[in-house]
Amino acid sequence: MSHTADAGAEAAQDPAPDAEKGKRKAVSEGKRAERKLGLLLCAPAALVMIAVTGYPIFYSLWLSLQRYDLRFPDQREFIGLENYITVLTNSYWWTSFGVTSLITVVSVVIELVLGMALALIMHRTIVARGLVRTVALIPYGIVTVVAAFSWRYAWTKDTGYLAALLAPESDLLTQRVPALAIITLAEVWKTVPFMALLLMAGLALVPDDLLKAASMDGASAWQRFTKVMIPVMKPAILVALLFRTLDAFRIFDNIFVLTNGAQQTGSVSMQTYNNLIKGLNLGIGSTMSVLIFLAVAVIAFIFIKVFGTSAPGSDNGGKR
Amino acid sequence: MAEIVLDKVTKRYPDGALAVSDVDITIADGEFIILVGPSGCGKSTTLNMIAGLEDITTGELRIDGQRVNERAPKDRDIAMVFQSYALYPHMSVRENMAFPLRLAKVDKDTVTKKVEEAARILDLGQHLDRKPGNLSGGQRQRVAMGRAIVRDPKAFLMDEPLSNLDAKLRVQMRTSVSKLQRRLGTTTVYVTHDQTEAMTLGDRVVVMRGGLVQQIGSPQFLYEQPKNLFVAGFIGSPSMNFVPGSLENGQLSTPLGAFPLTDRIRSLVESANAPREVVVGLRPEHFEDAALLDDSAKASGGAFTATVDVLESMGSDKFAYFTVDGDTATSAELDELAADLGSTDSSDSGSQLVTRLSAASAAAEGASLEVWFDSDKIQIFDPQDGRNLTLES
Repeated sequence: MSHTADAGAEAAQDPAPDAEKGKRKAVSEGKRAERKLGLLLCAPAALVMIAVTGYPIFYSLWLSLQRYDLRFPDQREFIGLENYITVLTNSYWWTSFGVTSLITVVSVVIELVLGMALALIMHRTIVARGLVRTVALIPYGIVTVVAAFSWRYAWTKDTGYLAALLAPESDLLTQRVPALAIITLAEVWKTVPFMALLLMAGLALVPDDLLKAASMDGASAWQRFTKVMIPVMKPAILVALLFRTLDAFRIFDNIFVLTNGAQQTGSVSMQTYNNLIKGLNLGIGSTMSVLIFLAVAVIAFIFIKVFGTSAPGSDNGGKR
Repeated sequence: MAEIVLDKVTKRYPDGALAVSDVDITIADGEFIILVGPSGCGKSTTLNMIAGLEDITTGELRIDGQRVNERAPKDRDIAMVFQSYALYPHMSVRENMAFPLRLAKVDKDTVTKKVEEAARILDLGQHLDRKPGNLSGGQRQRVAMGRAIVRDPKAFLMDEPLSNLDAKLRVQMRTSVSKLQRRLGTTTVYVTHDQTEAMTLGDRVVVMRGGLVQQIGSPQFLYEQPKNLFVAGFIGSPSMNFVPGSLENGQLSTPLGAFPLTDRIRSLVESANAPREVVVGLRPEHFEDAALLDDSAKASGGAFTATVDVLESMGSDKFAYFTVDGDTATSAELDELAADLGSTDSSDSGSQLVTRLSAASAAAEGASLEVWFDSDKIQIFDPQDGRNLTLES
């Protein structure tokens, strides 16, 4: 990316010296060849990227602008933004959008807190370090669908051990709020280790001397954590949050297995699946996937803006 | 301000390694004391125990008469300057210096006043709103000092605060640290591996080796009356020359020739019950170009003739390096000193000598020179236990 930008900027400056001196031209020719080589070397990767991500994105964008229902293929026509109006004025869409946002925010917050605790434990562990870390990572290693099924069996009325233990009288997976809580729990259980792993990398960035200095300066353990550790590892925290938020917003498998979207527990990805695969409505389905793509892009944009402005040392104006 | 007492303080790690053993130091109120020694001698561990960053295994640490072994660092009211400076990268210089005050819940106006005062003393006024990442090494070092002084602590602890600076800045900062300490009059414990820093900064110097205190005293005292071979070799730059010697009937035979002991040294050696084989130490400045001395002066010492290997003219005086044939002095302490300096065993061909001659000397590289030395200034050591046999009690 930056290479192309540089090339553009330099090419714009080139003509003037070229006209003035022949000698400069030779230098810039060499540079140009190097730039060309650089672009050529990037080309294969760029082509692969375009083929596997660019093409599907633009194809679904194209589909989203059409009335295209496989049950009525004759009615296919270009209708502009009408699909978007249909989706965005539909209460089902907004319900699942609300459900998705709720699951995202709640699960990511819980994951951050638990992940940080786990990271601190793993960071401070002296005995059996490898064992502790391996054990902590087990949930992340289990296939999500498998884990989701085991959660479902555990919470099924009459047969599940968790259901029998906590609510023997009622079927929690068939009620909206408890079902959402169980979905969030399954999500949190699965991804806390991942969060912890990312945060542990951040913890390694905090020099020991800094914490010693803080305790000499009179900081309690909690103050050392909030005033020194967290600000110093902020970039790592933000990266972890960004990854997890993007992931959580696209939640599908846990819901699919646990409730299949019943009792208004479906996420936007569930809605898209229902319209696109079950309903065979390619137009509406594609519109929804484009909207999810946009939502994810907005989340990423916000994070990168925040991330970009608050990383320590990024304000290096007037560096000596 | 406070008196700090280390009473038989010992640090033993869980794996059984003994880092510091039975350290007894009484640091007077307002004193500037230096802990010096080669790496691994336990000086930083001792400092960390005073700070509270490491537990004391046995013994007692008292600040102002109160036992503080069990107190957390924050409750000891002492400030520390780290080798890495340990500045908070996300805070400006101002916030860094205000941090300890803010934690102590000092009111805002006082914080501002104290930070500006410290910034004025340390000449940091124009950098207050910058982040540490944008400062030079010397400026960061001063911020670290500033963070320590704003609090008016009972004592300063400094862990090699100047060793990350370049040579010139180090000399400059050394002077400012010394001035600052005198101005504030705060008890200061300063750790360094650099004997020059130790000699120039401290009121008293504690020389450590292998977790044991070797000797405590003023820089001049350590220089003139080193208790053992290790202190003699560690203190002084260029360091003391050592040659093997044997004592017989008041005569000392060395690779530099045989000469009679002076009466003063003879009585000291006799009362110290010296063995026959000894190590003789001579400071570089106790040599002189024999050609510059008259006969009466020459009579009070020994002389030898050797070829000048290297000559360094410093302007004010000249350093001449010689290799003297014969055996070299050997002892465990000398080996350790050599290892610390990173010198692979000097050479088999003879003892290396460094001499400081006056600028008027006509010495030239490759030419032979008659060199005189003051036989009353020699120090004699026992090669077995390293003790100084010429120590005046």
